[in-house]
Amino acid sequence: MTQGIRDKVAIIGMGCTKFGERFDAGPQDLVIEAFDECIMDAGIDKKDIKAAWWGCCMPDISVGIGAIPLANILKLPYIPCTRVENFCATGTEALRGAVYAVASGAYDICLALGMEKLKDTGYGGLPQSGIAGYKGTQITANITGPGMFALLANKYFSKYGLSPQEGKMMLARISAKSHRNGVLSPKAHLHKEVTVEQIINAPIVAWPLGLFDCCGVSDGAAAAIVCRADMADKFRPDPVFFKSLQVVASSGEEMLCNTWDGAHVEGIYRAGLLAYEEAGIRNPREEISMAEVHDCFSITEALIMEDLQFSPRGRVKEDVESGRFNLDGAQPMEPDGGLKCFGHPIGASGIRMVYEMYKQLQGKADKRQIKNPSIGLTNNAGGFPWNIVASVCIVGR
Amino acid sequence: MVGIKSFGAHIPRLRLDRNVMQAALMFLGIAPSRGEKAVANWDEDSVTMAVAAAMDCTMGENKEVIDGLFFATTSQVYALRQNAGIVAAALDLNVDTRTVDFTDSTRSGTSAFLSAADAISGGSMSGCLVTASDCRVSKVSGSGDYIYGDGSAAFLLGRDDVIAVIDGSFSTTHDLVDRRRLQGERFEHIWEERFIRDEGYKKFIPEAVAGLTRKYDLKLKDFSRVIYACSFAGAHADLARAMGLRPEQVQDPLLATVGDTGAAHPLMMLVAALEDAVPGDKIMVISFGQGCDAFCLTVTDKISRVKDKRGVRKNLSIRAPLASYEKYLAFRNLMPVEVGIRGEETAFTSYSMIWRDSRELYGMVGSRCRACGHPFYPYQRICANSVCGAADRMEPYRFAERKATIFTYASDFLAPCIDPPASYGFIDFVGGGRALLDLTDCDPNALKVGLPVEMTFRIRYRDEKRSSISYGWKAVPVMS
Repeated sequence: MTQGIRDKVAIIGMGCTKFGERFDAGPQDLVIEAFDECIMDAGIDKKDIKAAWWGCCMPDISVGIGAIPLANILKLPYIPCTRVENFCATGTEALRGAVYAVASGAYDICLALGMEKLKDTGYGGLPQSGIAGYKGTQITANITGPGMFALLANKYFSKYGLSPQEGKMMLARISAKSHRNGVLSPKAHLHKEVTVEQIINAPIVAWPLGLFDCCGVSDGAAAAIVCRADMADKFRPDPVFFKSLQVVASSGEEMLCNTWDGAHVEGIYRAGLLAYEEAGIRNPREEISMAEVHDCFSITEALIMEDLQFSPRGRVKEDVESGRFNLDGAQPMEPDGGLKCFGHPIGASGIRMVYEMYKQLQGKADKRQIKNPSIGLTNNAGGFPWNIVASVCIVGR
Repeated sequence: MVGIKSFGAHIPRLRLDRNVMQAALMFLGIAPSRGEKAVANWDEDSVTMAVAAAMDCTMGENKEVIDGLFFATTSQVYALRQNAGIVAAALDLNVDTRTVDFTDSTRSGTSAFLSAADAISGGSMSGCLVTASDCRVSKVSGSGDYIYGDGSAAFLLGRDDVIAVIDGSFSTTHDLVDRRRLQGERFEHIWEERFIRDEGYKKFIPEAVAGLTRKYDLKLKDFSRVIYACSFAGAHADLARAMGLRPEQVQDPLLATVGDTGAAHPLMMLVAALEDAVPGDKIMVISFGQGCDAFCLTVTDKISRVKDKRGVRKNLSIRAPLASYEKYLAFRNLMPVEVGIRGEETAFTSYSMIWRDSRELYGMVGSRCRACGHPFYPYQRICANSVCGAADRMEPYRFAERKATIFTYASDFLAPCIDPPASYGFIDFVGGGRALLDLTDCDPNALKVGLPVEMTFRIRYRDEKRSSISYGWKAVPVMS
């Protein structure tokens, strides 16, 4: 029986830039902004970092491939440095590299830093090229992020008998909640409260998803310094500990076979199962205090609530309507505004989510502070909802 | 006896009313013709329409007998790369198939037809698929702009079980230059219409009819249908009178419904004639283009064997109006359209990859697990069905002809598309298998879970920087 990483690794410092359309800042500026906050928070010296993991999903539009950009920007002193990419789970994947390296006993202190500079393409949405390879490009439909999740929204509505109006209303409530939280979040990309009516009446991007059902496409960076759990107290009184960190990749069965129902994301469900087992969580609905999940679209958050077993299958609408996931609800989601409003610089997002859980667990979330949280969960979903890379990370005091 | 074993046609779903054209082009002059014309969707061209007609023609036929594929067009997509080869790949024909392009003249459709008949009669071929297709563009408000329509026809020629016997042929050649276009030119040049009408059609067609009837000692009055190509509705009617044809002998030239479809035109009219034919009917076909090809057929009692074809009649009923002439200009790339920076990003086309995976990409051949029976597209070496998981027990499995339904769908305004929103969906195939495919020829508002669809070979994108057209399979809602 493997022991996993539960309680073997601690976070002793974190940093996160202001997210947004950072036309003022280049990749170098973003990396340094996140790193400076992080190392200051950890109270260590750069030379104490023994290995680093660099998360950048689409480096061809910013700094180029490899780990050299991170080492160059920070002038890391010839230490092991690795670039990782795993679609929207890139940031979490960088964190996993650092956490697993510490858990293995290879290093005492490691850095994970994720950055994405998306707003230099000249158009909205995510960059178009390089996703599917030469052959995939010839076969795959002309899909975009919102279109992919619209496929699931339409299937979910059809499967559970939601009328277009009921479905739109459920989705609008999810986005409205995140917009309220985003207003309380100084580093968030979007600081604007919007009404359910505004959300429903916004221009359609891919039915049923309209403008306010989609997350921000943002620039930003986030960083974490992790160390052996048994030495964490040396650095700070309030370290946060990893309970589990799992990443799964789909086998493709959902898209190739006729068994997937099209109304859930199998990879997220499976990642949840692995993470709950590692963390010893038996009842996620009761035991997880709060979460930052991969709400790239409103429907995605709805599906994740069911896939992570926060809501029963087909019944997330009831929990959305009851306010369960609001900041003052029983199980708050996206307290910092989520991908929806905090923004989604891909390589940074996974670490940004942990940053919010870290601050909440330390009681430093200011106006967003959730009362006495004990366990926080973060989740990424990358690639395609039917062929996905999904991560679940659970942290606690 | 050499003859036709099966037939098929394709008429694009979009129709452009010439009054709509006239409203946009009034400032340039009066429209020379009335009615509507069929317009290829943005993702159709002469190659894809030939595939569509060939699919209609071969549906239910034994494709194993096909050892020839002739493709005729005056709007060839590639000037260097055999277009017939693309059609053959899309139909997943056997490798030992003789493929030939016939081109340059609007007569090339009938030339391909007669060459196939001769090859079969000479014994070098046993089953030849003849496809003719045209998707011509003209300068804005040119007579071709109004007169031409897009469409295609296909015939399977062979020896046994023919539905119509080819009784004989007669051809003429005259270097009368009605239309011309040099290598590398996009638009054709056309001579004075009166000259083409009076010195061309009105002399050459009667000459060909006279030559054919004299050669085989036939009488024009014995023919139940006479098919002759003519771009001009008035001249077409004049010719019927001049040749003394009874009204019921004259095959509708489709000019007010489809337009003049060039190389495909007389052959599409032949498809329409065969749809009405009864055993014993005699049909004469005369094409036009630097002379004429004329041939005559006798319909056999096997004609009742060919049914359920989309042909001309059903295709005519599957229609959607193209609301504006500007949209037509955008579809044919006759007007620069702002596609945004996202739309300017064109995928790279790798021909070594395409060669390796050609049966998958062009033939829509996936695999079926011999252990559990599950079909997959694209081809998998290891079974994706987790309760099976067998390795390397696959057999090739073609999806292109299979019926399917929409599992789920989306219409996407963010995806770059000349006709937004881009629609696509997961398609579940009858018999198993699932694929995420673009949807085309559809009303985004009419999409729903469970809607029946069929496969269609279309353009995916044009890579003008690298002179590449990317072709692939899309799903289209089935119109009853």
